[in-house]
Amino acid sequence: MKKTYKIEVDCANCANKMEEAAKKTAGVKDATVNFMTLKMNVEFDEGSDPKAVMKDVLKSCKKVEDDCEIYI
Amino acid sequence: MTKKQKKVLIRIIVAAVLMIGFSFLSVSGWLAFGLYMIPYIVIGYDILKKAFKGILNRQVFDENFLMAVATVGAVCLGEYKEGVAVMLFYQIGELFQSYAVGKSRRNISALMDIRPDYANIERDGDIVAVDPDEVAIGEIIIVKPGEKIPIDGIIVEGNASLNTSALTGESAPRDAKAGDEVISGCINMSGVLKIKTTREFGESTVSKILDLVENSSSKKSKSENFISKFAKYYTPAVCYSALALAVLPPLARMLFMSASPEWGVWVYRALTFLVISCPCALVISIPLSFFAGIGGAGKQGVLVKGSNYLETLSRVKYIVFDKTGTMTKGVFEVAGIHHNELENEKLIEYAALAESYSSHPISKSLLAAYGKPADKSRVTDLEEISGHGVTAKVDGISVVAGNGKLMQKLGIEYKDCHHVGTIVHVAIDGKYAGHILISDMIKPSAKAAIEGLYKAGIKKTVMLTGDAGAVAENVADTLGISEVYSELLPADKVSKVEELLDQKGEKEKLAFVGDGINDAPVLSRADIGIAMGALGSDAAIEAADIVLMDDDPLKIPVAIGIARKCLRIVYENIYFAIGIKLICLVLGALGIANMWLAIFADVGVMVIAVINAIRALFVRRCN
Repeated sequence: MKKTYKIEVDCANCANKMEEAAKKTAGVKDATVNFMTLKMNVEFDEGSDPKAVMKDVLKSCKKVEDDCEIYI
Repeated sequence: MTKKQKKVLIRIIVAAVLMIGFSFLSVSGWLAFGLYMIPYIVIGYDILKKAFKGILNRQVFDENFLMAVATVGAVCLGEYKEGVAVMLFYQIGELFQSYAVGKSRRNISALMDIRPDYANIERDGDIVAVDPDEVAIGEIIIVKPGEKIPIDGIIVEGNASLNTSALTGESAPRDAKAGDEVISGCINMSGVLKIKTTREFGESTVSKILDLVENSSSKKSKSENFISKFAKYYTPAVCYSALALAVLPPLARMLFMSASPEWGVWVYRALTFLVISCPCALVISIPLSFFAGIGGAGKQGVLVKGSNYLETLSRVKYIVFDKTGTMTKGVFEVAGIHHNELENEKLIEYAALAESYSSHPISKSLLAAYGKPADKSRVTDLEEISGHGVTAKVDGISVVAGNGKLMQKLGIEYKDCHHVGTIVHVAIDGKYAGHILISDMIKPSAKAAIEGLYKAGIKKTVMLTGDAGAVAENVADTLGISEVYSELLPADKVSKVEELLDQKGEKEKLAFVGDGINDAPVLSRADIGIAMGALGSDAAIEAADIVLMDDDPLKIPVAIGIARKCLRIVYENIYFAIGIKLICLVLGALGIANMWLAIFADVGVMVIAVINAIRALFVRRCN
């Protein structure tokens, strides 16, 4: 399953870091962050609960870039 | 400017004023430290905080860390003013960057401002605006002048001229009347339209296009991936080099040259190193260039599905075209009337009326050329001779319209035509009255498009078609296409394209241009698939990498031009930013560059790179 989320982040490198962090989160198959459109596309693993996974994604993103937001 | 940006601007002004003010005071020692700490904290507190949090989260090597170490180091060396200045310029650079990015983001979304906010429907005699999502298929929506058509449908009442420029980049309005199909995203410029919807909002053209645009940069180009990888290794590498620069030379001086270690000099050089090293210019300008390039293309009615496709398009050397619908209009039209004894209009009128009961494409094109509704009551004694044509009486006069075989059969002498196409011979009252040439018309801009492609350095153009050889050769000759393969089935087209793919060099790319009807497999097989006139054709939007919204072949050289310009800017930025940084790093290590030059190397390069990137948004209109 794929979903798109709006995000808020200030710099392009931070967006890259968020992408890395999101990719490594459990339950996420693949993720891309588009800094220019401020969108995060997340592809979830089969059978995972997007809501719960996204909470973890946000947590790991906050870790690499404190000043970011994902509108879940 | 956003609230966040305004706040930073105020901090920049306050810190700058304080710093300049203090530089007039001749203070030293702890007093100077105390005074300069005020602007330093004002301008830098969030950077310090982020750097500290980064260390806690084991995300050490980022810009905040670099800036924090460099400025704290400068302050420790007693270079208070430079410490504040570095932080100040860094913040100015960041502010500029965020402003420029926000500005281009808004510019580009304005270009793509086709999302309708509401749909008008009639309820109990009143017109109410509802969310387009709530409108079901088959409902009647009302579009007033100045409004966007929210959902695809068919006009049931009213006529208007539509502005399609947001979709196609075409500025001439298109007329639409009852019975016409209209697509969402067009702006109604005159007249009230009642439209029966044929799709749900989510399936409508507008939603499809927005979806495509919004997901466009999820496919990243090689250059973008290169930069993210580069940044990943570059920053730690520079940090370790800075550490080495601060420690090794003084130790070497002490141990081997028994000179004084000069710790201060080397630490200062190492800090300069850190300031120069910030990778912002690269990291921001490359995706910004691609984003601007995709936005500029969108403005011209060229939708690019990802920055990797822009990259591939810039390297295209071979272009393969489909014929019908791509180079030709795909509709049969009267191309000429020859050897006629009557006026052109009269001849067409007789032929059209005689054929008016037929639904054959040829009859339709005759009727289209006639231009008026056919008064069928004038036609009597109609006889259709399959494979030959028709005989009938129009206003009581006998009319024969058909091919050469029909003329022979009826013993009428006729003149053959040397043009390529379908010929309808007409005999009136038993006498030959001339013939009408009907052919698939070459698009008016097709020749200019092919010329434009050769001018852009395309090596070879190839046309593939299912049509007969003579017709295909004729089109290719007229347009100046180098190779043509005719009488191909859709599967043959794929194998032809595969053959061509094998022949070309590794770095040369092959593009296939089609109208999306039955060439989806070829579109996906080529290095890059370009679908044209794709409005309303879902399969084409799905299969192609680049979608030309209208069916003008001139957009192909335009798209290639945009791609090349964008890639040129990307490489300019990569070479420029890395080059300047490397030079400054060397100068910094040798002690020639001081911290002021370092600030230029960081912020100055970034500002120049961003301005250069935004250039990709502007496309010269070519007509």
